[in-house]
Amino acid sequence: MTEPIIKIENVNKWFGDFQVLKDINLDVSAKQKIVVCGPSGSGKSTLIRCINRLEEHQKGTIIVDGTELSENTKNIEQVRAEVGMVFQQFNLFPHLSILDNCTLAPIWVKKMPKKDAQELAMKQLEQVQIADQANKFPGQLSGGQQQRSAIARALCMQPKIMLFDEPTSALDPEMIKEVLDAMVNLAKGGMTMIVVTHEMGFAKEVADEVIFMDEGMIVEKAETKEFFANPKSDRTKLFLSQIL
Amino acid sequence: MNSLNFLKSNKQNFYYFLYLGLFFFSISIIDVAINAFLKINITSFLPGMLSIFLPLILGFIGLNFIRTEYSGIKSLDIINKNINTNNFNAILTLLIIFAIIKATPPSLSWMIFDANISGDTKEACTGTGACWTYVKVWFRRFMYGMYPNDLHWRINLAFILVIALGFFGFFLRDNLKKYLALYYVIIYPIIAFLVIYYLISGGAFGLVWVETGAWGGLSLTFIVSFFCLIFCFPLGMVLALGRRSNLPMIRYISIGYIEFWRGVPLITVLFMSSVMFPMFLPEDFFMDKLVRVIIAITLFEGAYCAEVIRGGLQALPRGQYDAAKSLGMGYWKMHIFVILPQALKLVIPGICNTFLALVKDTPLIFVVGLAELAGMLALAKTNPKWLGFAMEGYIFAAIIFWIICYAMSKYSYNLEAKYKTER
Repeated sequence: MTEPIIKIENVNKWFGDFQVLKDINLDVSAKQKIVVCGPSGSGKSTLIRCINRLEEHQKGTIIVDGTELSENTKNIEQVRAEVGMVFQQFNLFPHLSILDNCTLAPIWVKKMPKKDAQELAMKQLEQVQIADQANKFPGQLSGGQQQRSAIARALCMQPKIMLFDEPTSALDPEMIKEVLDAMVNLAKGGMTMIVVTHEMGFAKEVADEVIFMDEGMIVEKAETKEFFANPKSDRTKLFLSQIL
Repeated sequence: MNSLNFLKSNKQNFYYFLYLGLFFFSISIIDVAINAFLKINITSFLPGMLSIFLPLILGFIGLNFIRTEYSGIKSLDIINKNINTNNFNAILTLLIIFAIIKATPPSLSWMIFDANISGDTKEACTGTGACWTYVKVWFRRFMYGMYPNDLHWRINLAFILVIALGFFGFFLRDNLKKYLALYYVIIYPIIAFLVIYYLISGGAFGLVWVETGAWGGLSLTFIVSFFCLIFCFPLGMVLALGRRSNLPMIRYISIGYIEFWRGVPLITVLFMSSVMFPMFLPEDFFMDKLVRVIIAITLFEGAYCAEVIRGGLQALPRGQYDAAKSLGMGYWKMHIFVILPQALKLVIPGICNTFLALVKDTPLIFVVGLAELAGMLALAKTNPKWLGFAMEGYIFAAIIFWIICYAMSKYSYNLEAKYKTER
């Protein structure tokens, strides 16, 4: 196996006295797709937010593509430019059109010429099938369209890794499919992905590995088929029996 | 109780009630109006108490009848919904209508019908109304202060130039638009300062030097407000960001600054700037009184601006910060492209509020001997030749200030509408 692109070793994190992450160890190799599931409050979101340092971890090391995350601001910005993230609440910039949302970071962070950035953005928007909405503002789009724009925006930075933080939880049931389709396409394109989600259908279709977290610990980590066919711990069995 | 059936509200009786109500209501209005405008009391034959309350009673009964049954008549529905929903509101409505009618004739006759505007001396004012002659004679002083009469064109020209330069940004070509912020924040104030300095102050290019003590009137109001407005906004922005900074040093300096300037009254700040401040300066260092005043007001209002802008920063959801960070933006890029454009849009009403307060605070510079519009009024009303016309002067100033402030708030509404986006 090649050198992992994300290396998480003995990571611990506290919010005040409350420990959210307990001794997390996780290696992700390039092009791997990992689904993280678990009850709310189990630390799944916190874990992936640590990977691009939207949250700081207090103990342990996280190495992303050879760069260690520490106080060094330059390293952090470098990692963030390589790691795309999609949020539960979309978090598009409401004062910019969809196209400007997508070109903002490439132009100002990657110093890409405006014309190239727009071409790239249109290509990415094409991929998620909302190129026709490019000049609208986020407030004018449906939730599903907004989330797909958010995926396109993250892809415009040409990241090596994509993090998804419950991308379908804030959507109407009808719109979940269009977003999941976009994610499946992305997965087929060979992107390294870590997805926090409750969509077990998506996990079965796409994931190489599934991780089950509870109370800040990784309870179970297994190949997808194995995970669903015969989960080892009782906690996982209970969770799966309720969610499936 | 059968005999009272006709008082019951129902469809059959509706028009009966409606016309009776309108009749009573109009009688009450006519009674008050005749009383106010023609000084004829048509109900004087009634006992004293009753004749005063008669319009109110009639109007009340009238509105009550109008309300008894909601109709399909649209205009009537509007009245019932807005001013006549219940007895209490009906009485309030009547009292307000009566107060307006009662107040109109005396104020009109004072301001227009009995007023004087001809002549050049106090003696020309013979009527019992306002003496606008006073405002007319002093008009140039109110506008330009003690500035020499034959040099007023310099002030006018300077203002025209500054305004023209302000509009300059609208005509820039598209590829230069990105420098617009730079132009308005840095270049424009400098140019405006130079224009005002060389044109109004003079002393170069063959223009006679006029010291700032002679400036005054409305033009000084404009100069002080203009510079304070354009300087206090960037200052407030920096302070607001500083107060939310992660670096303790910057944060505490900002908090200290804001709390200090918000804690002292403007009038003491102005005193300090003119009396205390020169003591701390080296002997040969001279700073003009007007400049000191502008700096003092700017520093003072900057603290208020900072808190208003901070309100906007805090109203933004955390997700916006997360999203900007996750795209690899650093602190400045995140704030310039994502956070500030949204936050500033949110605080337009609050900033407008602060700016209006600033414009109306400018008369306070009178305490350091600078006489802008209100200051000139205070000087003019003590002139022995023109004693006793303070009222006219202050009404004049009130109208001028109202026009300025209303224009500003209208502009802020436009900005709000222009930059409105859905979340």
